[in-house]
Amino acid sequence: MKYLSRSMIAVSALAMMAVAAEAKTFVYCSEASPEGFDPAPYTSGGTFDASAHPMYNRLTEFKKGTTEVEPGLAESWDVSEDGTVYTFKLRKGVKFHTSETFTPTRDFNADDVIFSFDRQGNAENPWHQYVAGITYEYYTSMDMPNLVQSVEKIDDYTVKFTLKQPEAPFLANIAMPFSSIVSKEYADTLEKAGTMEDLNNLPIGTGPFKFVAYQKDAVIRYQKNADYWGTAPLIDDLVFAITPDAAVRLQKLKANECHLMPYPAPADIDAIKADSNLTLQEQAGLNVGYLAYNTTMAPFDNPKVRKALNMAINKQSIVDAVFQGAAVPAKNPIPPTMWSYNDTIADDAYDPEAAKKMLEEEGVKDLSMKIWAMPVQRPYMPNARRTAELMQEDLSKVGVKVEIISYEWGEYLAKSMEAGRDGAVILGWTGDNGDPDNFLSVLLSCDSAGEGGANRAFWCNEAFSKLLKDAKVTADPAARTKLYEEAQVIFKDQAPWYTIAHSTQYVPMSNKVSGFVMSPLGDFTFESVDLAE
Amino acid sequence: MIRLFFAKLLYLVPTFLGITIIAFSFVRILPGDPVLLMAGERGVTPERHAQLTAQLGYDKSVVLQYFDFLGRLFQGDLGNSLVTKKPVLTEFLALFPATVELGLFAIMIATLIGVPVGVLAAIKRGSWFDQVSMTTALVGFSMPIFWWGLLLIIFFSGILGWTPVSGRISLMYYFPNVTGLMLIDSLLSGQKGAFASAISHLILPSVVLATIPLAVIARQTRSAMLEVMGEDYVRTARAKGMPNYRVIGIHALRNAMIPVITTIGLQVGVLMAGAILTETIFSWPGIGKWMIDSISRRDYPVVQSGLLLIAGLVMLVNLLVDLTYGIINPRIRAT
Repeated sequence: MKYLSRSMIAVSALAMMAVAAEAKTFVYCSEASPEGFDPAPYTSGGTFDASAHPMYNRLTEFKKGTTEVEPGLAESWDVSEDGTVYTFKLRKGVKFHTSETFTPTRDFNADDVIFSFDRQGNAENPWHQYVAGITYEYYTSMDMPNLVQSVEKIDDYTVKFTLKQPEAPFLANIAMPFSSIVSKEYADTLEKAGTMEDLNNLPIGTGPFKFVAYQKDAVIRYQKNADYWGTAPLIDDLVFAITPDAAVRLQKLKANECHLMPYPAPADIDAIKADSNLTLQEQAGLNVGYLAYNTTMAPFDNPKVRKALNMAINKQSIVDAVFQGAAVPAKNPIPPTMWSYNDTIADDAYDPEAAKKMLEEEGVKDLSMKIWAMPVQRPYMPNARRTAELMQEDLSKVGVKVEIISYEWGEYLAKSMEAGRDGAVILGWTGDNGDPDNFLSVLLSCDSAGEGGANRAFWCNEAFSKLLKDAKVTADPAARTKLYEEAQVIFKDQAPWYTIAHSTQYVPMSNKVSGFVMSPLGDFTFESVDLAE
Repeated sequence: MIRLFFAKLLYLVPTFLGITIIAFSFVRILPGDPVLLMAGERGVTPERHAQLTAQLGYDKSVVLQYFDFLGRLFQGDLGNSLVTKKPVLTEFLALFPATVELGLFAIMIATLIGVPVGVLAAIKRGSWFDQVSMTTALVGFSMPIFWWGLLLIIFFSGILGWTPVSGRISLMYYFPNVTGLMLIDSLLSGQKGAFASAISHLILPSVVLATIPLAVIARQTRSAMLEVMGEDYVRTARAKGMPNYRVIGIHALRNAMIPVITTIGLQVGVLMAGAILTETIFSWPGIGKWMIDSISRRDYPVVQSGLLLIAGLVMLVNLLVDLTYGIINPRIRAT
């Protein structure tokens, strides 16, 4: 019966598509299959591009093409004097999608907001585990359980969040995909029908596109949401053609089988630039690749030794050879596109002679060390092995012997956080919400230097950590900027990392495409795109 | 014949149990931890790690986990994917028809070309045809699938524009999934051009997938034919004055087919291995790509149950091959 009804949905959706014969269909050659369509239980960008971005909204949203927060489903908000109470005024007249199985009887309101957060934070909520094995990793890892005291409904269009302590990045957190607002009414309907898992399979949101169908690992189809509260999309149908291989994606783009693709292979960039039928957009990515010393072990506990090693490695040759030029050399731990980036800081000059002298001055002779090279390719690091080899070569010139080691990825992540780790680790980070705290606190604070953290230099500098803590409870962006700029000065002086590069993101698209805006967060969103005939 | 069937079936029980052990152990022998992989660069606190591990049931001893798995298996429960949280069987059934379609088409190409080429090469042993076809077969056998697939895409889809790059059907067509086999569903949909589109999408991936089996089948057919043609009964048949085509067609070919059918049956395993790469290149939504994704994410339930389903299938095909011998050779039927 269920199968039959789904076939009917498909057939009627088809009929609708047939009516709009001259419909504008935009095809995106996406990279990976979505894990599901409920944005809350998942953490990968590819899943959010298929769920949170086209079909849902959040209380706050990132302004297109920036990491600035702007009103979303909340029209406005007030923050209490002490920074712990946020009162949101909700937008009126916002409609949830109508599908074959669900017709909303009311507009979006405070109940939906409470439900969307309560199901993630409250283990007693029947929706907390509506599918066996579901967990809310993003909610947990953004520390929301330790941050949110309560979420209360004041009236249908006013919601009050009380935090346990002030947290300036909170407004950015609730603009993230995991904070997408789902329909309480839809959830109730599904619960009654005993088909709770459909919240994840047949999504209903308030976003610019409505879900039509998903064929696993092959195609996702969406349709424009004609009742969208914001600016309605210019295209009628949106299709994701799932194509995991980068070379094949490019062939599909060239053959006009799709209009836009993510993540081209670095080696193909020149050919794409030369193709007159394609346009290439590029932007510095919100990421950093680094080499983290173990700052608790001699001689790497000496900042001067770390500084000397940093001066011995030729950064430009890594950018040229490993990133094939598709990156900017990094001097700070946060990328240049992020607010509060301190551009007055000068990078350590590449100077093997001076480095050699400095090592001698510090009494370091015949040093041998290990460099850990990750086994996988990540957006911030296309080839860690090659990077390590270049470092090995440069360091040998100042008399430092380097052994390169690697582990399986999961093990690499775990072992590189073990106290007493032998060697410096190549790793990196891609920002979640565009807030500097999301880089600096996560990767370099004293709090994250212990087990379960991500501070792989085990670097704990009291002055640095204090600046981050102060910034976290400061609401004024200008004052926060100053604090983060100061923190970057300490970082550069103490050199817990060798900062490698911020890789560039490329998005190739057909010349017919207009209106696509790259997101510094790496999201792919299509409500503003249009296609020329 | 029926006795043969049940005797063979009985042998499958211990084999199947053995496979459950291998499938279960395989993914656990690999280093790596699904919880850590999910957490990524961010890391996970020891408490949260313990909590998630317990929630997944991976805090129990491996032996206990195995019997849990076996117990649920006998109730028909293959578990849920750690990544999508969906039942493994549901995912398998959604993806399997695509692999079957691709596999059947590939084995058809391999057999329809491989057997005649092998026969002809044997009859004209030492001729230019024999030499060219067997050298080509050797090259085909050694072909790196990924490179070969990409090469065909660039040439036929990119330069010539004859075939689509990837996918199962043009995105223009959209109809309900009835059998999951695109060729049949496209016919059922009644949409003009849908079937042709499905065929055009199937050609390149099945040629790529057929490459290695085709080479193996051609070489096996040739050597089996050569062996049989040296037998006494073939010589006798020729001595009787039987026409050459009957000697080859009835006496030689029929007997040579037994090892060839075994080879074709064994290619099912080779096809599964080839499907992993072929499906990835051609964005073909089948179980090969599904398995490889699951292995890299250490999605234990999908890997162990997926392996089991695939192994079960290979066993079934081998059983059918065994039964086919009975049809071809009456002596096997009796034993």
